[in-house]
Amino acid sequence: MSDATIQAEAKNRSLWGDVWVQFKSHKGAMVGTFVFVFILLAVAIGPYLWNLDPTFANIRERNQGMSWAHPFGTDQLGRDTLAQLLQGGRVSIAVGVTAMLISLIVGTAIGVLAGFFKRIDGLLMRTTDLFLALPLLPLLLVIIMLFRDTLRKAFGPETGIFILIVFIIGITSWMQTARIVRGDVLALKEREFVLAARSIGTPSLRLILRHILPNVLSPIMVSATLGIANAIITESALSFLGLGFPSDFPTWGRLLYDGAQYIDNYPSRVVWPGLAITLTVISVNFIGDGLRDALDPRIRGR
Amino acid sequence: MLNYTIRRLIFAIPTLLFISFIIFIILDMAPNDPTGNLPLTIPPEVRQKIRESLGLDAPMYIRYLLWCNQFFINEPLNMLHQWFGWCIGDCEGRLRVESWITRSPVVDSIVERMPQTLWVVGMSYVVSILVAVPIGVISAYKQYSWFDQAGTLVSMIGFAVPTFFTGLVLQIVFSTMIPSDHWAWLPSKYNTLHEVTDWQSFVYQMRQMAMPVTVLALYNMAQLSRFMRASMLDNLSQDYVRTARAKGLRERTVVLVHVLRNSLIPVVTVIALGVPTIFGGAIITEQIFGVNGLGALLIIGIQGADIPLVQTLTFIFAVLIVLFNLIADILYGLLDPRIRYE
Repeated sequence: MSDATIQAEAKNRSLWGDVWVQFKSHKGAMVGTFVFVFILLAVAIGPYLWNLDPTFANIRERNQGMSWAHPFGTDQLGRDTLAQLLQGGRVSIAVGVTAMLISLIVGTAIGVLAGFFKRIDGLLMRTTDLFLALPLLPLLLVIIMLFRDTLRKAFGPETGIFILIVFIIGITSWMQTARIVRGDVLALKEREFVLAARSIGTPSLRLILRHILPNVLSPIMVSATLGIANAIITESALSFLGLGFPSDFPTWGRLLYDGAQYIDNYPSRVVWPGLAITLTVISVNFIGDGLRDALDPRIRGR
Repeated sequence: MLNYTIRRLIFAIPTLLFISFIIFIILDMAPNDPTGNLPLTIPPEVRQKIRESLGLDAPMYIRYLLWCNQFFINEPLNMLHQWFGWCIGDCEGRLRVESWITRSPVVDSIVERMPQTLWVVGMSYVVSILVAVPIGVISAYKQYSWFDQAGTLVSMIGFAVPTFFTGLVLQIVFSTMIPSDHWAWLPSKYNTLHEVTDWQSFVYQMRQMAMPVTVLALYNMAQLSRFMRASMLDNLSQDYVRTARAKGLRERTVVLVHVLRNSLIPVVTVIALGVPTIFGGAIITEQIFGVNGLGALLIIGIQGADIPLVQTLTFIFAVLIVLFNLIADILYGLLDPRIRYE
């Protein structure tokens, strides 16, 4: 190899380039990425390509099996399952991503503040412990049952329940992120580059934004992927218990819940939404696995 | 160690009181009316009377203190009376936490439903531990073998597939696709009234428990076997393992006595920490298979807006979490001599 190529290679290597190279070598993560991107594309542009109305009831064609007109069959009111799946996927993934963002913002903020400012550390970490000690699933169910009607009146049936579910999942799943971020911040705070930044008079806010946050990015990204999976599962569990979205507003969990009543005669109605949830969650988990390896410099060097 | 335990126990009391207060506030904030489900023909004055009889006109802190008094003082005293016949104070006229729907004591219905949940949840946990430990040991000992690869895949799937989907798939396969006179057929719904009297009924009990137990066990197994594997891998590369091999111990003794015992230490605490979670997960499984347990009771209470019932059950779940966190910490201290609590 000549000197020129070595130099060219050295120039081309950046942090994210290295991460990408390591990420590519994780087979599960690559397959997961393809599946997840496929699902994202399907729910994003699918409803335009498959333009049957998911809520259109055609009672003459109810409970049909697989056919060219309805590739995944129809339900007990003759609504097309494929259209419902695509529409439901939009809601499920939107819930997953939004709830993840909320939990990530809350978790990172609390983690950074607790790690950086010693005075509020005790208070914030006791709060985190308290949240960890709350029985979350029962409380989620209770809160949704109690506040559903108020929010429905205020924002309309769909938006109201969307805000409620996203908000509730978000504020009950930030604790792990906060703990991990706090641990990392505590270690970073003692490092020389932070001391250097402080010695030239960097104010705390800029110190956090410019020096601390970029260095805790990798645990945050990993918990982001796991957060999406977690939020999608929680939303479907709520819908499955009948406390999620209304039935004319399909989500994957809701479709599963509706299909469960016809499980004896039309088992396929359970299989499709279940497979959609499972594939999404598994692919997101594999992406998280690959990201964890790719972002860890100790593994990346190998 | 004893000091530490006592200090933790004392610290748990304000934590639990605080949690119960938070649950109370959340339930109280809700714009919710216990008379909302009653027939519309009941005139408003009567509704007002009903509300007063439920004690709803009192300010919030009084209602909270009343609940505390009923739950923390009256209920334990009542248990002493019922179980041992000890009578302290006014045994008959004592106020207990009463459900708004059935007007019967909440704790009684919880005690009534406890065995179903414990059977299913407890069995599934035992099964998952019994399966997960050997899987973890083998896949760590033969790292990157086909067994390990398969184990990784299965645990990934077991972890990612939500319990409500595994439950429904099992129902499709074992209750719908297999004819009901086949030996492998399993009932899709759990019959709570079934009593075990002879061999036949015992077999039926096992069959109806098979699916709910499998569903819950699969999920826990995925997690536990991963932990077991990681912990075994940590220990297998330690120096004491080389020493044990060098002094000529048999391979079986090295792995199953020396390494396994040390690797079980962190796993035991994970097992203790997981207990409250599976009670929460059982809510969904009970719903699928119609097990008439605590989870089903909670769902009924939530749908009927039965605040005292929901408050008490949620608080019991919180007690489980705090208690098993404590147990995990104490176990860790007892099992691992390197950890000394001051």
